[in-house]
Amino acid sequence: MKLHEYQAKEILRKYGVNVREGKVVEKPEDIGPAYDAIGGGVVAVKSQIHAGGRGKGTIYDGEDPNTSKKILEGGVKIAKTREEAIEYGSKILGNYLVTHQTGGKGKKVLKIYLEKGTNIAREFYVSILHDRAINKPIIMASSEGGMDIEEVAAKYPEKIVKLPIEPAIGMMPWQAREILFRLGVPYESFKQGVPFLLNLWKVYDEEDASLVEINPLVLSAENELVALDCKFSYDDNALYRHPEAKDLRDITEEDPLELKASEFNLNYVRLDGEVGCMVNGAGLAMATMDLIKHAGSFPANFLDVGGGANPTTVANGFRIILGDPNVKAIFVNIFGGIVQCDRVANGIVQAAKEVQIHVPLIVRLKGTNADLAAKILADSGLPIIVANELEDAAQKIREALKK
Amino acid sequence: MAVLVDKNTRLVVQGITGKEGSFHTQQMIEYGTKVVAGVTPGKGGQKSDHGVPIFNTVREAVEKEGANATVIFVPPAFAADAILEAIGAEIPLIVCITEGIPVRDMARVYTVLQNSKSRLIGPNCPGVISPGKAKIGIMPGFIHKEGTIGVVSRSGTLTYETVAQLTAVGLGQSTCIGIGGDPVIGTKHKDAIKLLNDDPDTEGIIMIGEIGGTDEEDAAEWIKDNVKKPVVGFIAGQTAPPGKRMGHAGAIISGGKGTAKSKMDAMRNAGIAVVENPAYIGRTMKELLKK
Repeated sequence: MKLHEYQAKEILRKYGVNVREGKVVEKPEDIGPAYDAIGGGVVAVKSQIHAGGRGKGTIYDGEDPNTSKKILEGGVKIAKTREEAIEYGSKILGNYLVTHQTGGKGKKVLKIYLEKGTNIAREFYVSILHDRAINKPIIMASSEGGMDIEEVAAKYPEKIVKLPIEPAIGMMPWQAREILFRLGVPYESFKQGVPFLLNLWKVYDEEDASLVEINPLVLSAENELVALDCKFSYDDNALYRHPEAKDLRDITEEDPLELKASEFNLNYVRLDGEVGCMVNGAGLAMATMDLIKHAGSFPANFLDVGGGANPTTVANGFRIILGDPNVKAIFVNIFGGIVQCDRVANGIVQAAKEVQIHVPLIVRLKGTNADLAAKILADSGLPIIVANELEDAAQKIREALKK
Repeated sequence: MAVLVDKNTRLVVQGITGKEGSFHTQQMIEYGTKVVAGVTPGKGGQKSDHGVPIFNTVREAVEKEGANATVIFVPPAFAADAILEAIGAEIPLIVCITEGIPVRDMARVYTVLQNSKSRLIGPNCPGVISPGKAKIGIMPGFIHKEGTIGVVSRSGTLTYETVAQLTAVGLGQSTCIGIGGDPVIGTKHKDAIKLLNDDPDTEGIIMIGEIGGTDEEDAAEWIKDNVKKPVVGFIAGQTAPPGKRMGHAGAIISGGKGTAKSKMDAMRNAGIAVVENPAYIGRTMKELLKK
């Protein structure tokens, strides 16, 4: 689960990681008072959306940049006066920000963050994340602040410093020092900088983060390290340990169908294709998507209904899939191991009667009682196309799309 | 001969009195697995519904019943503790079925595991089966057939699909190892393939990977230099977009790493017969063995 910058900085503050004073604003009339509350002077006006690349983005008055008017260059602006802050903030709030990560369309900006300005002397990058190759967390730093780490890795791999952290011991002071020395931070800043990094580790560890990224990490003209931006995401599997995180979820950032699916406890990811699919198990679901591609089409979604493919789950699955107007056919692929195919077939028949399915429905049930299941589907009187093996299913998807 | 599990396996079930643990204990017993003990703290001295003696700790189960393997059906919040208890009891084989264990917990477990006498399979896996001998886990036994093909996979139902395809073309399996769909797992592709490569009864190996991480690339590198047996590979998630988690906690392309293409390229480069269409896994192995 991703957080907004202002939420992430609230967590940093709690752990003693240095951030500037700031205030989140949702209405244009609150910008002036927020400006005053953080002490005025130079402030940054920052769009709060989950996608990165906000500074280099563009604000439009509509979702589609091709049909909308450009309002402002940059989703993060430096305002020198109260008037400027109000001007920028009013132009951003309620409009749409397009960045290289928003996927062509704009994201509506519902909140901005006003933050006290910093005299920047140098900019760095630092992050803590789990490294799957060594099964340990690592701290990663680079002297190229402000740049995407993927870009740095491609252009200047030698500028990236990585140190593994022993998970049960945690980050040690020498590691914080090593990072700061390698970044070229002046030694006089270490008294503040070493605890800064050690506290950042605590944020990662104690909050069960999957990523804490400070980009840029700034050395101010006063030789003080400041987290100028922060990306933070929780390990979803650990959310049970952080009940307070529930309030930090921003459902306006989620795809409406994915949101609805999560309410049904279904694991659904929306994709661009035309063939909706419903599968039990994540690996088979991905393989089924791949099969659809080999059938000459493209999957409309990933949907894992898990072990309990009962009538309710299946009906909800159909509702979600059909909520996507691009869907031209549905392929249900269930491998019944413990779950019995005849029960799944009954579920499909019941669900198909309950939900109006206006596209071809191809069903392949394999495993326990598959023969019985095929008979139930055939006798249902519903226009269900029954497939046997995967190859047969691919062929039937191809035919269904041709019609 | 098979690997990891066979007729000599003496299994403990951690969480035997839970709904899932109890159900699958019955299934494992019916398949022929020797389930010698269950562990549920506080219920020591009782017997499970299947007549299996229950102990309070794993250590007791090892001492009194000579258990040499354990399977864990414990909710995610308590699973790391259950694995560590099994490591503490020096059980040689630990299979953890539980899905949803936090990465922070597993990173700690992994460190302890490195200096232990145990091998961990999973978590978030279907388990291990040596068809005709015994099974540890939740896979449906009846789709399997005794034979000479080893299967390694990060997935559950996709493994069953693979096995069903093999059985359909007349190829039985020596051992099928579900290594798990989490980012931190005890036995990676490479480790599992090493076991099957050393097994004289395994003639061919099927490797089922998926997007996320670089374990398949590492395995491919090792296979290139060490494996003479025919290997068929499939990577699930060729159509998955970057940055989106596809069901499994470990199935995510992040920072440009973990794409299906990168894995398939590495596997082809290692001489593995890479299948792009999941319908052709079984038949490709059949053709390869004819050569």
